[in-house]
Amino acid sequence: MATFFGEVVVAPSRAGLDEEEEEREETPEDREIRREIEKKRYWRRCSEGGEIDVLWTWKSGGCAEELLVCSRFIVAIGRNAAAFLSSFILDSVCWEVVGVVKLWNEWCRTSSTTNVLPTDSFCLFYRLISDPTVLLCQCSCYVAEDQQFQWLEKVFGSMQKKGLQVTILSTCPVADYKTQESTLTLASPFLKALKTKEFQEQVCCPLLEQPNIVRDLPAA
Amino acid sequence: PVIRHILLLQPAVSVGNVGQLAVDLVISTLDMTKVGYFYTDCLVPMVGNNPYATAEENSTELSINAEVYSLPSKKLVVLQIRSPFIKNKYRPFCETLLSWVKSSKCARVVLLSSSHAYQRDDEQLLGTPLRYLLTTDLEKAVGGRMQELNWKEMEKVAAYPGISDTDKVLHIPGGGITKLLFTESCSKGIQMAVLLKFCSEGDNIPDAFVLVNYLNEWLQLTKSEVNPSSQWKIPSSWRLLFGNGLPPALF
Repeated sequence: MATFFGEVVVAPSRAGLDEEEEEREETPEDREIRREIEKKRYWRRCSEGGEIDVLWTWKSGGCAEELLVCSRFIVAIGRNAAAFLSSFILDSVCWEVVGVVKLWNEWCRTSSTTNVLPTDSFCLFYRLISDPTVLLCQCSCYVAEDQQFQWLEKVFGSMQKKGLQVTILSTCPVADYKTQESTLTLASPFLKALKTKEFQEQVCCPLLEQPNIVRDLPAA
Repeated sequence: PVIRHILLLQPAVSVGNVGQLAVDLVISTLDMTKVGYFYTDCLVPMVGNNPYATAEENSTELSINAEVYSLPSKKLVVLQIRSPFIKNKYRPFCETLLSWVKSSKCARVVLLSSSHAYQRDDEQLLGTPLRYLLTTDLEKAVGGRMQELNWKEMEKVAAYPGISDTDKVLHIPGGGITKLLFTESCSKGIQMAVLLKFCSEGDNIPDAFVLVNYLNEWLQLTKSEVNPSSQWKIPSSWRLLFGNGLPPALF
């Protein structure tokens, strides 16, 4: 399409898919970048059995099929939510580390160490020592779109899901919140919730109104 | 016309999201019931509360990125897709979708889509911006009806523009998976119709109305009154499509 200055530009489409992406010729630089990324991801896939790997410390060498019995699973996604758990919930007396997610994508890499700094990208699992069926996950790393499903399957695949209650904590910028008034006048921060039909308990805050939505890992 | 077979209506994620908006209008107006969803790793995850809520009571049902609605009285099943494809996942999605179509009792598929308006040639700039496509099987069944309605079939373009004696191919720029679904349906013997509108990104609500009225000319999903556009119910989730209210301090 032509802009005001007479130049012709390709307009990005909200539709998201540009099927011509496949047919358009890549420049040599693009090809090189794509190959390097694929190589890195492929190497990871070969050496570690998958782009995403969940390592549980409670799993002994013998029984790989053993499922973790879990009654409550709290997942904090993003740095703010992870920091909330670090500040108000986690401590080394009541909680022990039971797992870590190793992943690599173009935005971040996590390691298998459980001794992390708040500024690191990490994804750790903790268990309440007094009630080992209560599990907590702090995921401050970015999980790419094409890894989210894998993360889900691998993490939940290790758990016995009957009677499991899952709580997901996440944050979004206030500027993204759609409301009739301007977000400048809104008292922030504020809480909103989404819940499934099966969740019967009282929710501590109002439900998220349309047209607001949640995306990425919290949505998955 | 009586719909004899179960008809699957779905959008392609395409320019202006016109197909998806049109499908929203159908689901909202016909008050369709949600009957299922696709659990897929091919679409970007998203979740929200009921986008077709009309009151406090029905506003708390969760809604995700690919859901199926039905209206048994019209033998109509609708698939709504609400997020874009994850990179390199659109082919697996098409395969899964078409094998689901084959295995379920959907006799016909209608795909609502759109294509970049700026890619039209001189002839296409004149006249109606609406086009249709039919797979060979469906052509035999309903091709005559399209003639009666005086609809225009999507033109094929030269494979190599500028060279006159080359093969003509189907080209739907901005149509997302439209071309792939159509060509796959042709080869798998699935009866598919594509209805599309030429448009550009912007406020695509009017485009959605035009497309859904086009669909209605054929399928007669609702009775057309004096003003065809007034019979469609806008879903509550269409609020605030272009941002929030303005801060009073601005003035």
